[in-house]
Amino acid sequence: MVEKVSGRRPYFREVPRTHWFLRHPRYLRYMAREITCIFIGAYTFIWVVGIVRLSQGEAAYQAFLQTLKTPSSIVFHIVALVFAIYHSVTWFNLTPKALPVQLGEEFLPDGVIAGAHYAAWAVLSVVILFLAGAF
Amino acid sequence: MSERVVELEVLRYNPETDREPHFQRYSVTCREEWVVLDALNHVKEHQDPTLSYRWSCHMAVCGSCGMMINGEPKLACKSFLRDYEGVIRVEPLAQFPIERDLVTVIDDFVAKLKRVKPYLIPKHDQPVSEGEFLQTPAELKRFKQYTLCINCMLCYAACPEYGLTQKFIGPAAISLAHRYNRDSRDGGRDQRQEEIAATEGVWECSFVGACSEVCPEHVDPASALQQVKIASTVDWFKEHLMPWSKK
Repeated sequence: MVEKVSGRRPYFREVPRTHWFLRHPRYLRYMAREITCIFIGAYTFIWVVGIVRLSQGEAAYQAFLQTLKTPSSIVFHIVALVFAIYHSVTWFNLTPKALPVQLGEEFLPDGVIAGAHYAAWAVLSVVILFLAGAF
Repeated sequence: MSERVVELEVLRYNPETDREPHFQRYSVTCREEWVVLDALNHVKEHQDPTLSYRWSCHMAVCGSCGMMINGEPKLACKSFLRDYEGVIRVEPLAQFPIERDLVTVIDDFVAKLKRVKPYLIPKHDQPVSEGEFLQTPAELKRFKQYTLCINCMLCYAACPEYGLTQKFIGPAAISLAHRYNRDSRDGGRDQRQEEIAATEGVWECSFVGACSEVCPEHVDPASALQQVKIASTVDWFKEHLMPWSKK
């Protein structure tokens, strides 16, 4: 009996490892959401530098505060704020997927879950502004 | 009944003669209400009997006719020609090896599906004489959305994580595991966690969300994966911070 030779020879298509996200707008939207975290990280780093300067005495801290007032620093903070808002909004809008709440038979509408996060965001922001002496 | 000529550009690959795939153009006289699958069937019957593709039900139930249509993972039986303009480019599902023409090798998905045990594992044996496992409408609704998966693999074709890391168990298999985990009659979660709570399980997912965007049955696999992440994280904290508590 002659064994039949398999004609199978599957063709493998390579996924581009470095620029796969250019293949579709939905991947670009994802990358935009992820890349915004770099600005949030940079902003946090500036905070840490501020704390270090504070520990070095008043003169060092005053110099740090002066640096914050430079035009390039103000531009960075505006850009970081825009990206932080984009990051927060895109994530808050995804929360209904991760945290569904079932009451009885029905699930709470997505808007309620996301809305609760926006409300918590607003309340916490007010508390922080209050603690910072803004009112 | 109105008709129009539709240009199809179909990716062809014959493993016995071709070194790599190539596009072939077909002009098909189509009726207004046809879907892409009808056009492919017309080509196969009247122009080119060698064209290979999978299909069965023609009503978005069997999940066989998944393919890339103008670069988007779609069911060919649910993609109306009237929604497309110009040349329609038809390719086999992305991120799967091509067996022949539009037929892909799906062994990887089938093996992963098996690993997550997508079936009821009762909490305890119960003889038939004791009757059914009862379930309230609320308990049913807890997982019903995830029962709608038809294993069409469009989510795998859309998921960039699966494209980059083939070991990733992937959206549909994890969603089906989640479906049984949420079933009040099931007691098999611990067995499934070994597969889905692993690095190559749910932690490979970075929540691109493409799976949910392309799912033809609105299963929303991305939601299942995020819920599995949260439940697995809670497990971890219980195990390490409260070793005395039961999972």
